[in-house]
Amino acid sequence: MELARKWVQALWFFLVNGFWGFPATGTLYQGPLKIICSPGLNCYSCPAATTYCPIGSLQQLLLGIRFSLQSGQYFFGTFVVGSMGMLGAVFGRFICGWACPFGFIQELLHKIPSRKFSIPSGLNWLKYGFLLLFVIILPLALVDDFGMGKPWFCKFVCPAGTLEAGIPMLILMPDLRSTVGWLYVNKLIILVGFIIWSVTASRPFCRTTCPLGAFYALFSRYQLIKLKLDEDNCTKCGACHKVCPVEIRFNETPDSCECVNCMRCMTEACHFDAISVEVAGYPMFGQTPERKRKTTHA
Amino acid sequence: MKWKKFKLRRTPFVLLGIFLMLWLVGVSLNEPTRVLEQAKSICLECIGIG
Repeated sequence: MELARKWVQALWFFLVNGFWGFPATGTLYQGPLKIICSPGLNCYSCPAATTYCPIGSLQQLLLGIRFSLQSGQYFFGTFVVGSMGMLGAVFGRFICGWACPFGFIQELLHKIPSRKFSIPSGLNWLKYGFLLLFVIILPLALVDDFGMGKPWFCKFVCPAGTLEAGIPMLILMPDLRSTVGWLYVNKLIILVGFIIWSVTASRPFCRTTCPLGAFYALFSRYQLIKLKLDEDNCTKCGACHKVCPVEIRFNETPDSCECVNCMRCMTEACHFDAISVEVAGYPMFGQTPERKRKTTHA
Repeated sequence: MKWKKFKLRRTPFVLLGIFLMLWLVGVSLNEPTRVLEQAKSICLECIGIG
C-alpha cells in the first residue's frame, strides 16, 4: 500500500506540474486548466504548474478586495473557498497524504539516512495561526495607500513557492536576477531550513506551517471519506503509534486533525482489523461487514 | 441485515452543499475569470522577488 501511495503522490505531482514545454516557451503555463484548484499546496507561478494554488489565489482576492469593490466587482474569494471546502468535505487530509506535491517532496527528503527527531505537538497549532493571520487577516487588513494588501504567506513564508517558482523562474528568466534582494534571500533561508528539518523530522511543514493542511484539518471529524477505529477489535497494542509519520496515537484519537490519512496504521500495523476506511459511515476497505463477521466470530 | 449496523453520516453532505453554494456564488460573480487571470501571470511577490 505504501508503494501504491508513493505512485499516487508521484502521479499527482506530475498532474499539477504537467506543463513541460516551459523551457521552449520561456514562461509559465497559461492555458485554461489553470481554472482548476490544485488539491495540494503547489505554487501557480511554477512554470510547469497546470492548476491554481488555493492559498495563493485566496490571498490575491482578499488583498484586492477594496479595489474590486470600488470597481463594482464582488470578488470575496467564494469561488476559491468553495473549491477548497468541497475538496475538504470529501477528502479532508487524505489530500495531504496522497496528493500534495510539497508533502511528497518532504517524504522523499525524510528518506535520507540521518538521525530522526520528533516534533513537539505544541508546534502543530502554529499552522492555524498562519492560516488565520498570514492568509486572511494580514492581506485584508494591512493595505497601502491604494488600498492593496500583500500576499503575506506567499511573500514572506511559503517555501513551496521558492522551490517550485522562485528558483526555476530565475533560471528561466535571467532578467529577473537583477531584482533579487533580501526578500528572496529570506525565502531561500526558510526553504533551506525546511529541507534540513524534513530530513531529520517527518513532514515538518505540513505539521507546523501549512495553511492548506490547517484548512483541511478542520474537516477531520466530518470528511466524507475517513479512517475509522473499531474499538471492539482494538487490543490497544500500540502498533499504530509506531508507524504513524505524524506521531499520532490513532487508537486514542481516531479523529485527530493531524492525521494525513496515509493508511499505514491500517495496512502495515494493525493485525486485528480495528482500522478501516469508511465512506459516509459505511466501511469500504480494511473492514467490510463480511470481514468483521469473520473477525468477531474467530 | 448487517447494513442496519451502519449509520449514514449526513454532515459531509451538508458541508459539501454549503461549499458548493459558495462555489456557485463565486462563479455567478465571475470570480473564476479573475482567478484565471492571476494564475496565468507570474506573481513576483509570491516567489520572493519584488
